[in-house]
Amino acid sequence: MTVAAEVRAHLRRHVRPVLPMLGAVAVGFGVCGLIALWVGLSPSLMFRQLLEGAVEGPQLFETIARAVPLVGMTLAASVSLRAGIVNLGAEGQLALGGCATAVVALYFPAPDLVRLAMALTAGMVVGASYAALAAAGEIYAGVPVLLSTWLLTYPAKGLCGFLVRTSLRDPSTAWPSTARIAVGTRLGRLIPGTPINQGLLLIAAVAVAVIFIDRRSVVGFELRLRGLNERFARYGGVALRRQTLGVMLASGAIAGLVGAIMVLGSQFRYTDGALTAPQYAWSGTLAALLAGGEPAGSVIAAVLFAALQTGGFAMERSVQIPRVLTMVLQSVVILFLAMRGAIWKRP
Amino acid sequence: MTFAFFNSTFFDQAVLGITPILLAALAGTLSERVGLFNIALEGQMLVGAFAAIAGSHFGGSLAAGVFAAVAAGALFSGLLAVGSALLRGNDIVIGISLNLLAAGLTSFLLRTLFGVSGTFSDSAMQGLPRLTIPGVASLPVVGTALGHQNALVYLSWGLVVAIAVFLNRTPWGMRLRGVGEQPAAAIALGTSATQYRFFVTLLGGALCGLAGLELSLGSFTLFSENMTAGRGWIAVAAVMLGRARPLAVAGACVLFGLSDALGLRLQGEGLPNQITDSAPYIVTLAALVIAGLRQRRLSRIPI
Repeated sequence: MTVAAEVRAHLRRHVRPVLPMLGAVAVGFGVCGLIALWVGLSPSLMFRQLLEGAVEGPQLFETIARAVPLVGMTLAASVSLRAGIVNLGAEGQLALGGCATAVVALYFPAPDLVRLAMALTAGMVVGASYAALAAAGEIYAGVPVLLSTWLLTYPAKGLCGFLVRTSLRDPSTAWPSTARIAVGTRLGRLIPGTPINQGLLLIAAVAVAVIFIDRRSVVGFELRLRGLNERFARYGGVALRRQTLGVMLASGAIAGLVGAIMVLGSQFRYTDGALTAPQYAWSGTLAALLAGGEPAGSVIAAVLFAALQTGGFAMERSVQIPRVLTMVLQSVVILFLAMRGAIWKRP
Repeated sequence: MTFAFFNSTFFDQAVLGITPILLAALAGTLSERVGLFNIALEGQMLVGAFAAIAGSHFGGSLAAGVFAAVAAGALFSGLLAVGSALLRGNDIVIGISLNLLAAGLTSFLLRTLFGVSGTFSDSAMQGLPRLTIPGVASLPVVGTALGHQNALVYLSWGLVVAIAVFLNRTPWGMRLRGVGEQPAAAIALGTSATQYRFFVTLLGGALCGLAGLELSLGSFTLFSENMTAGRGWIAVAAVMLGRARPLAVAGACVLFGLSDALGLRLQGEGLPNQITDSAPYIVTLAALVIAGLRQRRLSRIPI
């Protein structure tokens, strides 16, 4: 094969599938530019602020710090999307996981390091168990995971909100939250002087594991098979029910871990609404959709969305454009892709 | 005790809680019957609720608010109609992105058009007036709930009957069901599946617009971010529970409305609102699980 032919083959295999995604991102930016024009703001100024706010100087560290939970939530979404299962309840799993982590980190009697490990584990176990409820609902009663996960979000957030107002409440703060977690039980700073903590390593490990399982293991092959064609997967002998349970356990555990990392690494307490306010679960779902559930692509999309959000804060500060516009951008990108049928054609 | 507990305020709140869910669930019913899984009800409602407030604020009249809500709901659902009915994109992915787009767009417009975040209200704005049905309104306990409500409440129940008749007793209704159940057969008989799906989606958007109108101008005249709070999803659950039959779906909506009112009532009795706010979702989940288990038992066949 000549060099030119090799280059062409390479482009066809690796670049062409990404073109619709790039096109959709361009359309998203275009639509947001038009919205900015419509409300009387300058699009070029807006985009410059967005970019500078995301990568300039110390802002780059902010972007990386924000990318950690967002990549985590994206992986939680991507694990299930890969099998064509939509977990819309990651927000509830995140909140419950974070809350459980705070309880263990505050009250479990053990040496610091053991307690830290127990707290992280508690977050994962609680997140996974809550997600498993939805899987059980689908397996035993035929209630679609899509619907039950969403509906389960409200009781989860309600329960955490109730606990931090009553038995877990730290009376010395004005906002309903738990007491502050001791220094020894926290995740330390990875780079001093920046908001980046050791959670980065944990999420990176999860990302590597998810990508490896997706590409190199039987489990990953069966997941992809189901995502492409559920009936064929059943015919091919994939145990769909067990897979549903496994997928939800993994997805919930990752969401719970993100909650644990946020509590132990940056907030040092569980405060009502603080974990869910940045809407990482939603951005994560959109990022995973952008990459069609493929984990490595999802991670890249998540980093892009994290940069967008950090840039959004700077944009809001300097040119008074509400940063919620970045959420509009994210959803327009996915909407455009889905309408074109570039991700998940109708079954 | 029981009389005081289930007082007229309880039933009034139940009816208020039912109406937006019912209107959205009717939209979901039509979609389901034409073969589209519409999970964007939540977003369409939110857009309707915002448009109702924006319309009546800038248009200066209640009529402008009503028109804006219906038009915005239909226009927003146009994205679903084009994506799902015409281009045959995945309705679940489109639905997820539309719900988020609605949340983002309404928050953005709230900040840019009204310059506030969180909640906007305008004292000059008129809510939907309550109409009194003589005789019914003077009934004990349920009088206010049944006979002293705004026009949308009565309209929603009229629509339940109208849609049931339309689906089961008219040629268009039969074609619509045909498109949902056997698209190939319907197309072979000369029915345009695309047209039916397209217009049903737009009609559903208009209904969701009305549902949003009820939320923002029904009892209070205000818009707050994400004020739909999952009602669109409860409507999706109601459609599933009622298996897309209008009367059964309406029954499910009544169940959810009552649980909503029960939550509010228990809150009045001193239960913390973080717990009582979860009541409608827990009741919905419980109803889905019970119905699912029953259905599974009935249809169990030995393999």
